[in-house]
This record gives sequence, structure tokens and C-alpha cells, in this order.
Amino acid sequence: MSRWTVKETLASLQRRESKPSEWTKRALDRIREADQRIGAFLSVDEERALTAARQMDEVFEDGGAQAQGALFGVPYALKDNLCTRGLRTTAASRILENYIPPYSATVADKLAAAGGVLVGKTNLDEFAMGSSTENSAFQLTRNPYRLEAVPGGSSGGSAAAVAAGMVPFSLGSDTGGSIRQPAAFCGVVGLKPTYGRVSRYGLIAFASSLDQIGPFTQTVEDAALVMNIISGHDPLDSTSAPVEVEDFTADLAKGLAGLRIGIVRDIPQEGLDSQVREAVEKAVEAMRGAGAEVVEVELPHSQYAVATYYLIAPAEASSNLARYDGVRYGRRADADTLLELYERSRSEGFGLEVKRRIMIGTFALSSGYYDAYYRRAQQMRTLIRDDFNRAFERCDVIVMPTTPTPAFDIGAKTADPLQMYLNDIYTIPANLAGLPGISVPCGMSAEGLPIGLQMLAKAFDERTLLRAAHAYEQIRGDVIPAPVLEG
Amino acid sequence: MDFETVIGLEVHVELKTDTKIFCGCRTNFGAPPNTNVCPVCLGLPGTLPVLNERAVDLALKAAMALNCRINREAKFDRKNYFYPDLPKGYQISQYDQPIGEDGYIEIDLGGQRKRIGIVRVHLEEDAGKSMHAPDGTHTLVDYNRTGVPLIEIVSKPDIRSPEEARLYLEALKSIMEYCDISDCRMEEGSLRCDANISLRPVGQEAFGQKTELKNMNSFRNVQRALEYEADRQAQILRAGGTIEQETRRFDEATQTTVSMRSKEEAHDYRYFPEPDLVRLHIDEAWLARIRATLPELPLQKRDRYIRELGLPEYDAGVLTANRAVAEYYEQVVAAGADAKQASNWVMSDLLGYLNTTGQSIDEAKVRPAQLAGLIAEVGSGRISIKQARDVFKAMCETGKDAPVLIKEMGMEQISDESVLIPIIEDVIAKNPKSVEDYRNGKEKALGALVGQTMKATQGKANPAVVNKLILERIRP
Ligand SMILES: [Zn+2]
Repeated sequence: MSRWTVKETLASLQRRESKPSEWTKRALDRIREADQRIGAFLSVDEERALTAARQMDEVFEDGGAQAQGALFGVPYALKDNLCTRGLRTTAASRILENYIPPYSATVADKLAAAGGVLVGKTNLDEFAMGSSTENSAFQLTRNPYRLEAVPGGSSGGSAAAVAAGMVPFSLGSDTGGSIRQPAAFCGVVGLKPTYGRVSRYGLIAFASSLDQIGPFTQTVEDAALVMNIISGHDPLDSTSAPVEVEDFTADLAKGLAGLRIGIVRDIPQEGLDSQVREAVEKAVEAMRGAGAEVVEVELPHSQYAVATYYLIAPAEASSNLARYDGVRYGRRADADTLLELYERSRSEGFGLEVKRRIMIGTFALSSGYYDAYYRRAQQMRTLIRDDFNRAFERCDVIVMPTTPTPAFDIGAKTADPLQMYLNDIYTIPANLAGLPGISVPCGMSAEGLPIGLQMLAKAFDERTLLRAAHAYEQIRGDVIPAPVLEG
Repeated sequence: MDFETVIGLEVHVELKTDTKIFCGCRTNFGAPPNTNVCPVCLGLPGTLPVLNERAVDLALKAAMALNCRINREAKFDRKNYFYPDLPKGYQISQYDQPIGEDGYIEIDLGGQRKRIGIVRVHLEEDAGKSMHAPDGTHTLVDYNRTGVPLIEIVSKPDIRSPEEARLYLEALKSIMEYCDISDCRMEEGSLRCDANISLRPVGQEAFGQKTELKNMNSFRNVQRALEYEADRQAQILRAGGTIEQETRRFDEATQTTVSMRSKEEAHDYRYFPEPDLVRLHIDEAWLARIRATLPELPLQKRDRYIRELGLPEYDAGVLTANRAVAEYYEQVVAAGADAKQASNWVMSDLLGYLNTTGQSIDEAKVRPAQLAGLIAEVGSGRISIKQARDVFKAMCETGKDAPVLIKEMGMEQISDESVLIPIIEDVIAKNPKSVEDYRNGKEKALGALVGQTMKATQGKANPAVVNKLILERIRP
């Protein structure tokens, strides 16, 4: 099966070789056929999607397709921590099991306005806390390349849905690598934009200063197309930057000549799989061959990124998740007193990893510990950001592995949270520094699992990031086979 | 042993904005429960706060009026605690970089000015309101108030008596009203006050152990609660006991304070910078814009009334306690009335009338220029002061001008000497006995002659003029 792209879908519609509802049907058929094995979706709203698509058919037949938006007729999926009016939104948590938001996330509104057709909501680690989607309260999601392996996380459902050809694009959220890591594991493109590039309004918060929404696609060009729609300042999110939205496809064809690619000399090597290292080295050589200048840069404080992240993110999470108290919405336990109501609702409603992080975060913010933990973590965050600023004086794009290893097997790391956390060692620094990062497939392991190449750029320089990623994708060629679902 | 009372007050004041601090919901008091709410102020998953700059404007104005140093780089922080009326599980407040710091309020202690220091003025969001069923079976929560902007004003422990505490609150309320920052209605909860109080032996510098007092719903109750608590602490200390650090609640029914919670139950609020809001950069232009809106403050005005208008301190104090009253008064004077006359009329007659009818000064039918007109009629002698009071009452009820009413009520006073002289000469001619008596030293006889003149003019003659004219004619 060839890969399902946004670009070809739009082209086919433009050539009038198909109509919108055919694409939505294709998505729904594929989900019906494959998702029993993959488990990417937590909910699929066939009727709503088909109704929307059929209405588009009518507009389409009247010839007004182009006026209807840049993604007119393209089906997509949203990670289930993005609020959708009237459509259950759970964050893969028991505590929000039956929660139906009265409003939609800004990104959902923007995609709808652009003519996208939402087919369903995808699985994730509960409240986006995890790197394997095993922390979902509801189901496992499997890697389309190997059903015994995890798809990565926390946006595992969104990555697997695109990889398995169920939708041409989906959105996820990335707090410490939750888009880039599953993209790498599932052999698709995953982009985490600059912090502030995309509105977080309607994204169920995990760690507010790190969370950012971004797309999963089959190609870099598709990622640019989706970014054109979802980017921009939102009056409902004060942290969304008042930065003009450029056409992210504008520089795609400019190639690598004249670009300076930075490789990190002091990158942590511990736990780095040799196949991953070789694939990344090969990619760098290919880029050099295509005219890029390769320079060495240093990120001396990156070794502290994981420790820093696991103070800041849980601290913010401990506060962000306080609202789930059983009083107004979500799971409410039987209780005789207020304290019991809180304790039971939260004990029953939250999973183990969420509880662990609430505990860590509560501790880090406690009086007497704040200076030793939270404040020092913020200071380290500044040092990490300064490292990048210095590095980007010498290069345009930094290249490194997305993950230390290809996808691991389900259950392999659940017993040891620290091992699980180390999976994000290469992705976390970009979140701490607020920089844009992308994962592009760069090879296959001997076991047939995809390997991801990560590229990072200066804040709000997604254009250069996408240019480099697209150019690499072209020279890489078609070496990433689509997954073949067994059984 | 004699003790000195040390008091610090924490006052919450609701800001007079049309909409809430972080969403577009309205802030009007008394709306049906849970009608002024939206996903943001209900703290629904995924929502984010957006700062209402109007709330910052008012907080800045308050900080300036309270003589604070303004933090040009302010930020918001989260204060974390669980309570059903707090939908996010945290309150967005300001921790270490509040809008204003290190200011003061001046109070008037029987002619002596005293400065009460202000530690900080910070901006935050209000919580909702819990209503507990009397039988304890359930609690209902109204989130209308959630997200209404508040400022918290924390005083230094500079207050030395319960009375000073009340004076501080009155001065604070007056400043807030003058600046149009808040209604300061304690009964509607738009001003709330908590107090810290401790005692120390006179002459000792170190503070004693303090208790915190809550649940006082009027300035008078603040004073009473503090008086009770000062007594309670003094008794314990005199008996050789120690004061426990605790929070106590004022019980209105018994006029006492009762323990609410001890130190051990105190919260750890886990403050940290609010990541959903950007830092607040307050530039010079912003400050200048707010500074331009600052009115003359109550004490400045009071000083000016004494200095420029020659009013007694008492008058100046009464007239400036409320901005609307002061403005009314100034308009009466501007319309040409004598400053002291105007003060008398506004203080006793106008405020008295408004008090009995329950009207506000803006509702008074007598406008300042009309009152000045009435005062002019008295000054010209057209009517007596006694008549003027009746005219004023009629003005209050009808809103008509003084000259119109004077005519309608038939009480035009005759002061014109050319009119009065023939009448008086006639009275003198007809009453030789009284003239004789007066000349023989019977002062009372003058009254009879005046009475006859008044009778002859149906009471309209100006008694002072009549007196003068008769005396000129009969004085030996
Ligand atoms: Zn609201």
C-alpha cells in the first residue's frame, strides 16, 4: 500500500478524480479493518464524519472546493487530549472517562474551518505522561511495524494512525518528545513547533510551559501544509506568540546548499543503539554530500535535561491536574466527606504514572524544597536555552537521533520508570528551550523497525527546519517501507 | 503588666471591572447562581486565562493611591489548594512580584496624622461561593464570583488599637471610592478584611505571638473582634499563659472570637510562577496614563478645604469622607455660595435629608446650583433661615428652584426699608405706651413693637431690618 498523503488527497480532489466523502470513507474503512489490531483510536465518530464529508460533497459538486479551505475534504485524527465540542475527550484517563467538552480546542476549530474532517480521537498515555502509550487507562496501542512493540508516546495513537494509513495526518502534543518519539518509532514525520507557535487553548494541560501541539504526517511537505493551518497567535492563549504566520511550504524546495548542519559533539552516548547512531551518521553524510556544511556544536548542559524536565513537568502537572477533584465533572467517587471525595475520586481516577508525577511535582514545589528543586531546575533550563543560543550562532539546524533506540516491546520498560524516562533524552532539551523540532524517518533497523532523525532549529524558524527536513527526505529516498499489518 | 496592641490588616477589595480578570464573563453582583460563567472561569480542562488589562489599570491606580512603589516587572503565580469553590485547584495570584509594594495610608487620630505602612498590593482572582445546607447534607457552589478581580492590600503591623484599625479601613474605603476602584460594600463582599493581632509588653520591641481573625462583616465588627481578642490575649498573658498561633473566627451572635484552625493545619500553597500567563511589563506610558486618572485623595482634599476655604477641621472631614459629597459641596461653592454656609447646608440639611430618605447624593433632587441659589436668598435677606429650611424641604421633594418655591409658598420676606418705614412709623404712632415703656428701660416693649410690625406685614417683614428701623426711631 502506498503512503496516504495530504498533498495527493488535495491534488486528487482538485483534479476531481474523487470527492470528499470517498476519503472519509477510506479512513473509516481502514480504521475498521486495521484498528482492532493497532488500537490507535479511543473513539471514532463515523456518523459525524460522514455527515460532514457528505455536506462537503455538495459544496464540491457546486464547484466551490478551493474556497472551502486549504484542507477541504481531508480526514484527520486528534489526540484525545484535544477538546472537541460534543465529542468525548478523555486524555486517556478514567477521571475523564465520560467527559464531553462544551467547546473545541483552537486547533480543532482551525482545522474544521480549513475543511478538514475529524474522524476520531486517538489513544495516548494518560494525560500525555509516558513514552509508550502503555499508560492509557483504556487500551494499548501497537506499533504498525511490529505489533508486539510500542508505538511510542505519549501521542502513540496519533502516530500509529498515520503510520497505518488510517488518516493522512493527525495532531499530537509534545511536552518532552511526545510527538517526535512516536513519529520515530512509527516511521512517520512528527513536528513539535516552537513554544508559542500553535495555540494551546483546548489542549488538556500536562506541563503548560512545555506543551506544544503539532502534526504527524507521511511527509515533511504535509507537515508544512498542516502547520499553515494550525499556527498563529490566539487571543485565547496569552502564551501564543504574536508572530506572523509565514507560508511554511515557501522554502521547502531551497535544498541544503548553504545550510549549516550542527552535530552535537558532547551528545550523551549512554544507551544509544549502534544502528541508530549509524543511521544518523549516514543521514549527516548524505546531507553533507547534498551541499550542507557540517559543523560541530556543544550542548554542555543537555546531560541535565532529563533531570530538569522531571522536576518542571511534574511540578506544573501537579497543579494542572488539581482541577480533577470530582466536584464539577469527570469521575466522582462515593464519599461521606469532602476530603474523602477528593481522595477517592483521585485515587480511582488517576493511573500509577500520573500519581507518581503528581507526587514528584507536589514535593518539588513544597515549602522548603522549592529552592532546591523547582528554582534550580528553572536555572538549569536557562543554561540549556543559552547552550542552544550559542550553538545556533554556528549552525542553522542541529541534527541528532530522535530516540536512543528503535521501538521497544510492550512491557519491556514499564517496571522501570527511569529507563522509560531516558527514552526522551534527545527530545527533552527542545521542550526546555522552547525550540522547534522534527523527526524524520532515516532508516530501518535490522529488526524492521523505523529509526528517526531529529532536527532542531531556532525559535520560530520552522521554515528553515522544514526546508532541511524536506531536503533530507528527498535525498534519503524511498527507503522506509510502509508497514504491513500481519494477520 | 501593660500591653501594647499590634495589629496588621489584610484587606481584599473587588475591582470595579465590567468583566472578570481572566475571561469575558460579567461581574455584576446578584445574578442568578452560575449564570456568569464560562469554560475558562469554570476551569474546564484545556482552558487558559487571558488577562483583563482593565483589572491591571485599577490595581495600578490603587497601588499609586496607596503610595506604593510600582513593580515594573510584575508576574502572576499559582496558589495551590483544594476547595470546591476553587475550580482549577489553584488561585491565580501574585507572590513575590506584586503590582505595588511599600506604601502607606494616612489616618487622622483626633487631629494627629498617622501613617500606616502597606507591605504590598497584589492582584488576584476571587473564588466562588459555597452554600452549605443547614442540615449538613450537601453544599452548593455558585461560580459567578469565580474570577472576579481582587486586590489584596496587606498593611504593616503599624496599627496600635482596634479603633485605629477601623480608621484605617475607613480611610482605605474612602480612597478606593474616590479612585472609583471598588464599591467597597462589605455586605456584598466587595471588601473583606482579615486581621492579625498580637500583644507585647509596653516598651518591648519584639512582637508577641499573633492570632488571625476572620469572618468580620462590618468595620464595626472588625473593631469589636479586635477589642475582644486584645482582651482575651491580655487575660491569657496576665495569667502567665501563652498565645497559640491560630486562626479565629468572629462570632457575631456572641461578639467573641472562636478558634477555627491551628498552625498545624496551615496550608502549604506551593506557589510557583503561572506558566499560562506572560510576565507583566508595566512601561512608563502605562504608568502615566493611570497617574492622569488619579483624583485628589480624601486627605489632600480635606487639607485644602481647611487651608483654602477656611472650613473647620470637622466640616472638612465630614465633607471629604465621600467623594460624591465632596464633589457636590464643591459645586455649591463654585456656584457662588459662601464656603461655611454651603458646608452647613450640605452637612446638616442635605446629608440629614438623604439619611432619612435613604437616597444617595446623586439621587438628591436639589442640585448644587439650586442649593447655592437658596443660600443666596437667605444671604440677601429675602427669606429667614427658618423659612429657608422649609423651602429646602420642598426643594428636596419637588426639585424646584428656591425663588419659585419662595413665591409659591408666599414667604417672600420684606427687607426693603422704603416699604417697611411707613408701616413701622404707623405702628409707633399707634403704640405710644410701648415707646414710652421702652424709653423707661423696659426692653421687652421693643418686642411688642416688632410683633405689631410683623402682624401688619403678615409675618413677611425681615425681623432684623424691622428691629433696626424701630430702634433708630425710638432709641432715646
Ligand atoms: Zn468566565
